[in-house]
Amino acid sequence: MTGIDASVELRPRLVGQRIKRTEDPRLLTGCGRYVDDITPPGTLHVAIRRSDQPHALIRGIEAGEAFAVPGVVGVFDASDLDADMAPAIPTSRMTGYYATPFRPLAQGKVRYIGEPVVAVVAESRYAAEDALEHIHIDYEPLPFAIRQVDAVADDAPLLHAEAGTNVIIARTFAHGDVDAAIAQAAVTVHGRFRMTRKTAVPMENRAYLAEWDRRRRALTLHSSTNIPGIIRDVLAACLDLPGNRMRVVAPDVGGSFGGKGSLNHEEMLVCVLAKKLERPVKFVADRMEDLTAMSQAFDELIDATLAVDADGRLLGLDADVIGDIGAYSIYPWTAALEPVQVVSFLPGPYRMAHYRGRVRGVLTPKPPTGPYRGVGRPSSTFAMERLMDMAARALGLDPAEMRRRNLVTTEEFPYRTGSGIIWDRSAFQECLEAVCRHVDYPALVKARDAARAAGRWVGIGLASYAELTGIGSRIAVAPGMPINTGTETAAIRIDATGAVTAAFGISSHGQGLETTLAQIVADEIGCRLEDVEIQHGDSALVPMGTGTYASRSAVLGGGAATKSARVVRGKLLKAAAHLMQVPVEDLDAEAGIIRARSSNATMTVKEVANAVYSQMGRIPHDQREDLVAAETYDPYLGTACSSTHLAMVEIDPETYGVTITRYAVAEDCGRLINPMIVDGQVHGAVAQGIGAALLEEVVHDDDGQLVTASLADYLVPVATSVPDIGIVHVEAELPATLGGFRGIGEGGTIGAPAAIANAVSDALSHLGIEVDTLPVTPDRIFRLVEAARAKGMG
Amino acid sequence: MSARAEITVTVNGLTHTRAVDPRLLLSDFLRHELGLTGTHVGCEHGVCGACTILLDGRSARSCLMLAVQADGAAIDTVEGLGSMEALGRVQQAFRDHHALQCGFCTPGFLMTITDMLRHHALESDAQIREALSGNICRCTGYEHIVNAVRELARERGPLK
Repeated sequence: MTGIDASVELRPRLVGQRIKRTEDPRLLTGCGRYVDDITPPGTLHVAIRRSDQPHALIRGIEAGEAFAVPGVVGVFDASDLDADMAPAIPTSRMTGYYATPFRPLAQGKVRYIGEPVVAVVAESRYAAEDALEHIHIDYEPLPFAIRQVDAVADDAPLLHAEAGTNVIIARTFAHGDVDAAIAQAAVTVHGRFRMTRKTAVPMENRAYLAEWDRRRRALTLHSSTNIPGIIRDVLAACLDLPGNRMRVVAPDVGGSFGGKGSLNHEEMLVCVLAKKLERPVKFVADRMEDLTAMSQAFDELIDATLAVDADGRLLGLDADVIGDIGAYSIYPWTAALEPVQVVSFLPGPYRMAHYRGRVRGVLTPKPPTGPYRGVGRPSSTFAMERLMDMAARALGLDPAEMRRRNLVTTEEFPYRTGSGIIWDRSAFQECLEAVCRHVDYPALVKARDAARAAGRWVGIGLASYAELTGIGSRIAVAPGMPINTGTETAAIRIDATGAVTAAFGISSHGQGLETTLAQIVADEIGCRLEDVEIQHGDSALVPMGTGTYASRSAVLGGGAATKSARVVRGKLLKAAAHLMQVPVEDLDAEAGIIRARSSNATMTVKEVANAVYSQMGRIPHDQREDLVAAETYDPYLGTACSSTHLAMVEIDPETYGVTITRYAVAEDCGRLINPMIVDGQVHGAVAQGIGAALLEEVVHDDDGQLVTASLADYLVPVATSVPDIGIVHVEAELPATLGGFRGIGEGGTIGAPAAIANAVSDALSHLGIEVDTLPVTPDRIFRLVEAARAKGMG
Repeated sequence: MSARAEITVTVNGLTHTRAVDPRLLLSDFLRHELGLTGTHVGCEHGVCGACTILLDGRSARSCLMLAVQADGAAIDTVEGLGSMEALGRVQQAFRDHHALQCGFCTPGFLMTITDMLRHHALESDAQIREALSGNICRCTGYEHIVNAVRELARERGPLK
């Protein structure tokens, strides 16, 4: 589209308003439809026998008396399915990378505790679980290295012998001369930071239901996924089905946060079983299975040195990262996703000439790591922001001033970091100033100092970061991944009744996209919000769509909605011009009414649609066009989203418990589509960041056994763990994306761990303590304090 | 397998008599036998609260009970709180305050809050957060839920 219709800007707009969500009534009344709410007649249920060995050969599997359990239909292991389904191969363009094949059930060998080995299919889940107990698996245990520092060693036992190494991904970014920068620096600070393993814990566990249509020879998978298009494409390939006979539907999905954003063994499994048995087959994970075997996250060791001059200006950063990627490279993102992003984003939102970041992703006998809200950046921001505070402390600089001196300034955009990321203009400096203003930073510092003088352990922490959001086709969301993540399509139609249907490849699972995309469509067409239905989460809606992840849907989905809606509006007004006998330039559409500016003549969208479709001859036959469009949007580069977080904490010197007494976020997410929904995204992401900082840790013991397999062991924040969060929306110059949107879904999870780690370190600064491991639990604080006191501090 | 047991329960005002396996969970009974899929199962070990219902007027975890234990009881589930056309008061407050995102934990919160409003003072945010702390929401960060409950508690006034 060329030119901007000035009248669009003058009309009252839905974009920018706190519109109540259209998805709420069904979700509030128990009318939501999640996968486990769908049970077609004749559905069979799957229970899975999982590996209890971290690394072992499967010598034999005996079904024993399993078939004697009433209702049992079948018992399957990998050998029963090999001929029916090819493995998924998470390919990558990265050199030296090894793509581990991904199958529904373990073949020949198990590589982590919780890996699916045998599937029992029965008329009820109760019967299937009864039968599991009769199955005997004969294992030959193999040696293994459970910790990443051991698994990278040359003589470590190999998890995938075919790879010839456990290090299946390695990359180095280098810019400038970091060794010289460190040698010349007035101050260098060093840390060995550990962001422990996390898991996403969406409240709905993973659930899959596959239905085989014998008449059409077609398969429909209902999946609690946020990437239905990607899952359709890979399963179609694995099962050798064309895309018009392989459909993936994500109905209401109870959260994902990335945990449901990869291919899962179990969704392959129900598909192959449904096709084989020609009956609907359902698998619903219980919480223990999700905590044990869903994709996990983060888990990096970051050894980093930061060099600064006497004025606190950053000179260079040198980092060596070992990412524990678990037992498989995840499909489609690959093992590069998490660890490579860490070294890509380590330089942060700062001006810095010299950088070297080396990363190795190493196989260990644990569940594969995959996307989790923030991906890579919670770890990189934690390490970099800790180093910033350590350097500020060494120089006697206030942490806010330290950041002020180094954040990229307006005139420096676009700014290329040492790892090659290009920051387009975003409110880096403005967010720092805004959050400091919001909390009255000088007063807060005074309050902290007064509390300290009274012997209390009180600290303030800042964290600044930037992220790429709404990434277009120039780079893949996951480094080296060959899938196009840079485009989205909106198929919009006004039908013969005047109703507007807008179908997308994105997949809302809590983000409220049914509301925000409808706001955009209604504004752009000039129809009423209530006339718009948003369809999403179904691979059959558009030719190709990858889903909702990586803070992309507002930018890509919103951009596609804008593009298509403008075409539909053009067709609508052209038809109205014929019908009303006025020039098309004289027409405007607003809230479902098309009005001629030069007269009082009006028609409704409904009347025009009726005339176009149902009344022969009203529009000249060679001029008549259906009121439809399916446009694809590609933001190409994408855009930056930036933010500064501030946390104030108090530590109880007897229990070592941390209380967050103040929390504020200033962020630049471009034009806000619905400020209420943006607030909700920030609140939820910050809460997850608080969990990562203070509570959440997936722990495997030395035997490879998961010891955090319940929600009483893997602690997520509850209402008393989280404070009220102050939010400042900084709308700086809008980015060049269509609509001016930036992505905001992940940011809170990126900033909060770093801000809290800095606040806790500040509160313990009298003991010389620098937090280097998250979560900083009471147990860890106790140990840090004891060690400091043993050294004579405090 | 032991013989089926006949139970009679009143759910949202309707009385049902069914023969059930003694080991059938109450949550599975509601969802699979009665088709009331608004009650969600999030952990099956009593921590997350997604399956919360009212049992004889008080909140209870339906995943920690067997259906046979509910014999003779009156149960309320989210389906009884209101309809899409006419939301109940707690449901409406959730919508007004954007207190839900993915909606999976929401029915459990609605039932817990219904109980808390009847029986707890909820005079301060600290009390509200304490009352909510047995239910996990992974989407909202709780602030909007607290805002909704604060409005409901003010509207209700002091407990008699």
